[in-house]
Amino acid sequence: MRAMGILMSGTMTTPGRAKIAARHLRTDKWWVQPLITVAVLVSFIIYSTWRAFENAHYFVEPYVSPFYSPCLATSCVEGSSDLGQPFGSWWTFSPSLIILLFPLGFRMTCYYYRKAYYRAFWQSPPACAVAEPHKTYTGETRQPLILQNAHRWFFYAGLIFNVILTYDAILAFKNSEGEWGHMQVGTLVLLANATFLWLYSLSCHTCRHTVGGRLKHFSKHPVRYKLWTKISELNHHHPKFAWISLIGVALADFYVRSVSTGFITDLQIF
Amino acid sequence: MTRTAKFRVWRGDASDGALKDYNIEVNEGEVVLDVIHRLQATQTPDLAVRWNCKAGKCGSCSAEINGRPRLMCMTRMNTFTDEETITVTPLRAFPVIRDLVTNVSFNYKKALEIPAFAGPAHLKPGEYRMEQIDVERSQEFRKCIECFLCQDTCHVIRDHEENKEAFAGPRFFIRLAELDMHPLDTLDRKRAAQEDHGLGMCNITKCCTEVCPEHIKITDNAIIPMKERVVDVKYDPVRWLGSKIRRREGL
Repeated sequence: MRAMGILMSGTMTTPGRAKIAARHLRTDKWWVQPLITVAVLVSFIIYSTWRAFENAHYFVEPYVSPFYSPCLATSCVEGSSDLGQPFGSWWTFSPSLIILLFPLGFRMTCYYYRKAYYRAFWQSPPACAVAEPHKTYTGETRQPLILQNAHRWFFYAGLIFNVILTYDAILAFKNSEGEWGHMQVGTLVLLANATFLWLYSLSCHTCRHTVGGRLKHFSKHPVRYKLWTKISELNHHHPKFAWISLIGVALADFYVRSVSTGFITDLQIF
Repeated sequence: MTRTAKFRVWRGDASDGALKDYNIEVNEGEVVLDVIHRLQATQTPDLAVRWNCKAGKCGSCSAEINGRPRLMCMTRMNTFTDEETITVTPLRAFPVIRDLVTNVSFNYKKALEIPAFAGPAHLKPGEYRMEQIDVERSQEFRKCIECFLCQDTCHVIRDHEENKEAFAGPRFFIRLAELDMHPLDTLDRKRAAQEDHGLGMCNITKCCTEVCPEHIKITDNAIIPMKERVVDVKYDPVRWLGSKIRRREGL
């Protein structure tokens, strides 16, 4: 049964409910939010996929692009491998593909992004009180969506990446000759990137749970309770940090690429 | 200042019904429920509407206004423009009885399926002692007025009647969270939430939080914490092993 180009949902067809044929009766612009989500996420996916496969212009002294850090294969550009090259020469694809699974997994299983892409891409539902187009629904009870429960493992991996990207930001206090004690615009870009990634990770619901949310007795764990209250404050801004850090990481990569290709000059501050 | 507003109200019962148009007087400071009452008083005395406190505390006058689940008594008329037609329908996730009145007994059935608080065997009622910070956390959930707007907007049952058997809904996830976070409750609410009450079906799209007239952070403070607690006992082998070795249940 189809209506308005979509399958009719239970809202319109269940016997006993008020017989209203319309999929929804909302009069506001409910479709704007999912449309923006699709536009931003699709743009990011296109850009990051292109960059991951480009396998070039990801290192220019002293910066490594966040899409390629840590660079773990022998094929990595000289100077870009902070943690050595354990993958050796057998890895013939772009070294970015070794690491991107982890930040991708962290964001894919993130409670906030789940809301965003379930609404925007899967239309389940597209907006509140707007009927979804699917005939059946099982939520996150079966494969593959039951894997969303692995979010905490990606969170732990994400913390390791944050440490590495913070280290990269500290290395950016060198100049292009490798001398310490300098700052360029690129230093600020990598610092901002690392800061927003930390804010995104620390405001995460899993972090909130790990720090103190799982407790039954706050009174018996005053330090964890205090930390939980602080993380809860950050958690309130989690969606904001999710978007800023996503755009930030793409901009940081774009900056490194632009300097690497000579498209822009990295201005020295001191 | 008095003006005339255009209303479109769903009239009918379980067998059939339709939206009917009305022009009706609106006065300064009124809410949608006031206008519905004026319709009853002046144009259509047989219009069925459930209401009680007119103060957003009883949860009786739940309906859908311009397609959004809301309390009629808390929806101010000055939030609409003069040109706007205001559509009022009954809750669309539940069987309609007549006009704006629905049968919400699904929710009472679900409430019965959740075992009540079970304190430690060695304490009698009256001997329970808790610190204030332990009480505060679940106080947020006790603000629920059982308007069932969250249940109505939840697409898991709104769009899929067949899920009503397996899915308790957001109102009862906050009940489960409240009990699981209670320092003295002794029952396993985590496995029950996942296996008996359908927590895994929730895809955290937050519509319940958006419509809650008490501004309870249903998703962030109840559903997601419960999902994380379920991961602790069902999907995290390290946590599971740790709890077996160190026997640290009920931290």
